[in-house]
Amino acid sequence: MNKIIEVTNLSKSFRDIKAVDNLSFTVEAGQVYGFLGQNGAGKSTTIRMLLTLITPTSGEIEIFGLKLSKHRKEILRQVGAIIERPDLYKYLTALENLRIFATMSGVKISEKQLMDQLEMVGLAKRAHSKVKEFSQGMKQRLGIATALVHDPALIILDEPTNGLDPQGIADIRNLILLLCRERGKTLLISSHLLSEIEMIADSMIIIDKGKKLVEGKVNELFDPAETIVELKTTDDAATYLKLEQSPLKKYMHGKRNDCLLLKLHRDEVPSVMKELVQMDVNVISLHSKHSLEDYFLSLTTGSTHVEVAKN
Amino acid sequence: MMIELVKAKKRMSVQKLMITLLAVAFLLPTASQAQTAEELILKVKAKLDKVNDYQADGKMKTNVVFIKAPIAKVKVYYKKPNKLKINNESGISFIPKGSVNINLNNIFLNTTGFDIIDVGKESGTNFRIIKMLPKDENADVVLSTVYIDEAQALIRKAKTTTKENGTYELEMTYGKYAEFGLADKVIFSFNTKDYKLPKGITFDYDDGTKKEQTPDKLKNKKGKVEISYSSYVINKGLPDSVFK
Amino acid sequence: MWKLLKIELFKIFKRPRTYIAFGAIAAVVFLIQIALKFDGKSYIDLLLSNLSGSFEFSDDFKNKLLNGYLICFVILNTLLIQMPLLVALISGDSIAGEANMGTLRLSLTKPISRMQYMIVKFAASIIYTLALLIFMAALALVGSMLIFGTNDMVVLRSEGIEQIKSFDVLWRYFAAFGFAAVALTTVSALAFLLSVFSENSIGPIIATMSIVIVFTILSEMNIPIYDETVKPYLFTSHMVAWKGFFYVQADAEGTTINGSMENFPAVMRSLGILIIYIFLFFGTAVWVFKKKDILT
Repeated sequence: MNKIIEVTNLSKSFRDIKAVDNLSFTVEAGQVYGFLGQNGAGKSTTIRMLLTLITPTSGEIEIFGLKLSKHRKEILRQVGAIIERPDLYKYLTALENLRIFATMSGVKISEKQLMDQLEMVGLAKRAHSKVKEFSQGMKQRLGIATALVHDPALIILDEPTNGLDPQGIADIRNLILLLCRERGKTLLISSHLLSEIEMIADSMIIIDKGKKLVEGKVNELFDPAETIVELKTTDDAATYLKLEQSPLKKYMHGKRNDCLLLKLHRDEVPSVMKELVQMDVNVISLHSKHSLEDYFLSLTTGSTHVEVAKN
Repeated sequence: MMIELVKAKKRMSVQKLMITLLAVAFLLPTASQAQTAEELILKVKAKLDKVNDYQADGKMKTNVVFIKAPIAKVKVYYKKPNKLKINNESGISFIPKGSVNINLNNIFLNTTGFDIIDVGKESGTNFRIIKMLPKDENADVVLSTVYIDEAQALIRKAKTTTKENGTYELEMTYGKYAEFGLADKVIFSFNTKDYKLPKGITFDYDDGTKKEQTPDKLKNKKGKVEISYSSYVINKGLPDSVFK
Repeated sequence: MWKLLKIELFKIFKRPRTYIAFGAIAAVVFLIQIALKFDGKSYIDLLLSNLSGSFEFSDDFKNKLLNGYLICFVILNTLLIQMPLLVALISGDSIAGEANMGTLRLSLTKPISRMQYMIVKFAASIIYTLALLIFMAALALVGSMLIFGTNDMVVLRSEGIEQIKSFDVLWRYFAAFGFAAVALTTVSALAFLLSVFSENSIGPIIATMSIVIVFTILSEMNIPIYDETVKPYLFTSHMVAWKGFFYVQADAEGTTINGSMENFPAVMRSLGILIIYIFLFFGTAVWVFKKKDILT
């Protein structure tokens, strides 16, 4: 598989603060690559360096096998991006915005093709409405249209689900999967929503304080055998005692203020559920805690011992 | 008897000679002092009186220290005794107040007469200098000093002091229209007030050249207007409306 | 680059605030024209008050004096103080406005170099400035000529009066407008530079206006200590050099020489200084912008 993005020893310092510290990672063609980290970890800074919004202090970035510093225009012609919220001219219409960004991306595109783009994101009917009249979701969709209008091979999304409702988030997810799987695009996504990343990413990197903590394929980074499950009941304290006396004790993994934690293989969840019911436990909810989140928290806060990922 | 007759005859011719000589002696001075100041003035006035009205075309140069102006084509209208108007038909001209005094007749405008003082001749030009003081104390003119070319009975220079407009000077050069007392060129000098506008209103462009710091330069200077006449249309009649 | 320039102009002329500037100019011009049409004589009386004792100022004289050429000069005198604000309104918004909207961020991820981006943005500002100027010229000059007619033009300076023959006036106005275009471009370049440092367009607009106002006061106040030190270097001292086209030469007797200028080299020198400032401001803007990390 060829490398779409190759970052080597990338660093960025703002005065005395090292925002990105000797970061290296690789994104392969056709992948959805997750970029994870807490606030201030350096995700945004890294992504902006990939997009030439910020100049690296040191290190190399290669995209499509070309040095970014030398082949910027050529590379960016094939890159589409949404950074946090979509950037649009509120006093212009959806169509005008799309036309402007298409022209800036260096493509010749007909009015019909522009309308097709809007159709694709469900905004064809509002093509001539001013963006200031749009809802957040509509703006997001228009943002996606502008990011894709020039049919880029690489799409970079920095916190694309920020401020979206669950439907919006689902839409983004579906679109991303469509792009990647069916159109062979490469996507780099940074997000706080670990559950989303878990669902769609092929590979990922977790960074903290500008440094890489771990990088690897998502399905290799955590073991389905180690699924953490959150159990909420009407009386968690009583349930806790019951579980201690039951065969389910082996699964107990601790408790929190609002729920009990069980650690088990993902496939065992249904049978455990049945067992709880038979035990007369009044279950309010049972769902797998995002192991990735746990993994993430354990890595970044150092609270749980964890295996180092296989690459 | 014969000898007595001859003697008498001889005495008579001598007497005649003496009378003739005496007569000549008397007459000679008045011939060289051909006219009195009054007579000269009358002669000059008579010439000027020939003109009832005129309409003249001329070119006017304005020479005032704070004004830069182009040469203007003007029309000058005159009607006896004291109407004079300088008019720039198309463009703009700064016409001095008191320009009516370009009309020489103004000097003679008087119902009660003048005290006339003969000052003598100007050295160099030989013009006869005569001072005229109007007897009327309410007249605008306080004093006029005229310099007359006696041979032609033409006023070549006039310095007049008025109550309204201060002192002004006229200098005339004559040519074709001399017999009417109408000049080919008139230079009219007059007093101007200072000119100043605050820089906060004008926002002038300062090009960096150091301006001369002589505060007196612009103060109380005399302005000059020079009219060169190209043609006069004389005594063809002019309505009063022209002078409004 | 043409396409990009078209986009920039499209963006500028799609904003309501652009038309406020044109409206403001029209309002000022019309107000002055109306006022002087109805009561220009009082204005003339005021200006020539201390000369009325020495010269005949008939109604005919005043009517001729109040011709389109003089009216236009009066308008220019006031407007060329306000125009810098209107220019700053758009130029100050150039980069800062895009940063504010977030669109700067996206634009700089496009395959356009930062230098290209700056050139196109600045070019659009200049075109807007020229449009504003031409609009003003049409209303102030052509409009006044139509309403008040033409005649000799009388220029009132603080130390004297200059009269220019009517056939000798028009070329001076063309030259003056050309010069004003450069002067306003200087302000545009300053606002543009300040725009690079801000993420909010109000900041650069107010900063530009403050600088222009303070420098203009220093230039015009004739305070000796400033006259000798900073005045020749302030761009505002040179912006007013368009008037130099209306200062004529006269011979020793005070007769104007048609087609002449009192100090052509000085006006050219002022022009040169303004051009230097434009390059300085724009050059600095580009240098800063190229290095800038876009963090918002």
